[in-house]
Amino acid sequence: MTILTVAGLTLRESARRKVLRALGVLTAVLLGLSAWGFAKLSSVQSDTGVLTSGEARLAASQVLNLVMFGYSLVAALGTAFLAGPTLAGEIESGMALAMLARPVRRSTVLLGKWLGLVAFGSGFVAVAGLAQFVVVRATVGFWPPDPVVGLLLLAAQTTVLLTLGLLLSTVVSPMASGVVAVGLFGATWVAGVVGGIGAAIGNDSVARVGTVSRMLLPTDGLWRGAMHAFQDPGALTAFGPAGAGFPFLSEAYPDLLYLAWVAVWVAMVGGLAALSFARRDI
Amino acid sequence: MDATVRAGEQVLAGLPPSPAVWGSGLAKRYGRRSAVDGVSLTVGRGEVLGLLGPNGAGKTSIIKMLLGLVRPDAGEVLLLGRPARDPRSRERVGYLPELFRYQPWLTADEVLALHVRLARARVPQAGRREALAQVGLADRAGDRVGGFSKGMQQRLGLAVALVGRPELVVLDEPTSALDPLGRADVRDLVLSLKARGVAVLLNSHLIGEVERVCDRVVILDRGRVAAEGTLAELLGQRELRMRLDGVTPAAQARMSATGEVTRSGAEFIVPLPAEDDGATVPRLVADLVALGVRVHAVEPGRITLEERLLGILRHGEARR
Repeated sequence: MTILTVAGLTLRESARRKVLRALGVLTAVLLGLSAWGFAKLSSVQSDTGVLTSGEARLAASQVLNLVMFGYSLVAALGTAFLAGPTLAGEIESGMALAMLARPVRRSTVLLGKWLGLVAFGSGFVAVAGLAQFVVVRATVGFWPPDPVVGLLLLAAQTTVLLTLGLLLSTVVSPMASGVVAVGLFGATWVAGVVGGIGAAIGNDSVARVGTVSRMLLPTDGLWRGAMHAFQDPGALTAFGPAGAGFPFLSEAYPDLLYLAWVAVWVAMVGGLAALSFARRDI
Repeated sequence: MDATVRAGEQVLAGLPPSPAVWGSGLAKRYGRRSAVDGVSLTVGRGEVLGLLGPNGAGKTSIIKMLLGLVRPDAGEVLLLGRPARDPRSRERVGYLPELFRYQPWLTADEVLALHVRLARARVPQAGRREALAQVGLADRAGDRVGGFSKGMQQRLGLAVALVGRPELVVLDEPTSALDPLGRADVRDLVLSLKARGVAVLLNSHLIGEVERVCDRVVILDRGRVAAEGTLAELLGQRELRMRLDGVTPAAQARMSATGEVTRSGAEFIVPLPAEDDGATVPRLVADLVALGVRVHAVEPGRITLEERLLGILRHGEARR
């Protein structure tokens, strides 16, 4: 009961604060720009004349991955900066005092907030992602092979980052927790790209950078899975072995073991957040 | 077996209700600084207890420990008969924090509804309206809290503390943002809670406020209880101020027989015993006149809580 009350409160906070409006504007700008870009893409001329339908699909699928990365970044920024203030900000301002003096367990309050944020982040990813697919379909006629799996993986990526944001917000200030979470997200993505290049040039130790970072913070691993669901199945063969180093091309879905690790990671970081929050003096 | 349980229940039912607050040996350190050091206090059911003390005496820390917001380093707390570790101990507790702030994106009525849900109480909209009316916010129920002044937010905080029929209300500096009219409202509110048998723990800098509404007072200094008692116990002491001349050693001795004499110039202050039959003053004056003292003025007075508080705190400082 308390979980749902707090989850509802968190959703209402997101809706009533300027976050939702800001996200709406950003999404609309991204949608508009991408619609324009995709429309231009369909009329691009290559050396041999107008693009074949296969080439156009390939190009569209790659640009789609790039645009979806934009959304994943917006979702990451949005939830990380929501997750920070929602705990640390409430403690700092004193808003948490009256609420936590009620007959509630802190872990329940935290779980409620997490649930609200997950609903918000996943809702954003679903709505913005579907709108983007419709735009791509309307402009270049490309529809991603596995849209639902891709969006689920993207929502999982948002969940991972906001869980980290919640943990950070139990120990550091609201702004710092958002900045650190987004910074780590960016660093993992870069490490993933570096690892991809390592794999492409056959250097195992460089490739390991990506593997290790994907274990430490599973955002990049999930993002690569999502890309795989969005891209044209022919993209891999078209790019050949050199494609492995390209940041917006994914070779495979994450395996079940990795997904299980993600679940364990979220439970672990969430548990740590609950522990840290329960021990904190308000 | 059932009979044993029933017998046990009967014994329990026959016991007097546990105090609203029972705290024992509470201690808290922040780094190397000791904020609270071995404080024990009790608030009886329906009793109004005032917490007094200078800044940094540990009043807010104690309140936060009672409510489970701050983890005590040592000590135990029972709220309404349940250990404070159990969140259910706070089911019938209302709290206005010193740092009062409520969700700015909610309306006043939504804030109350949220707290009613968190308290697992059932208060229909009419009840919430009534709580808002009690604090003078009846016509602002549908307005967003973000647009409220500090004073209005504190009033909302009072409504939050009162909603859901609490059996214990903890008010931490409830009038810090209020105008004189608001302060009078809070005084009336506390008195009406007292009349309804609701226990109140009141932390306030305004000694006059405490003096008017509290049954008992705990005076804290540097994290320890410096004095505690009912107002009658703490203020039972009365004094006699006299302007005299021609005071002989014999007259001085006569005054000292009544109590410790404080002298500044021609003014003499003699404490009077708490149980005075009304004859102490005339008898003393008659004796002084008989001893040749010329009496210019005689003025009996009561020690105010403020004087008593300052006396206790200064005495504590002198000892250190």
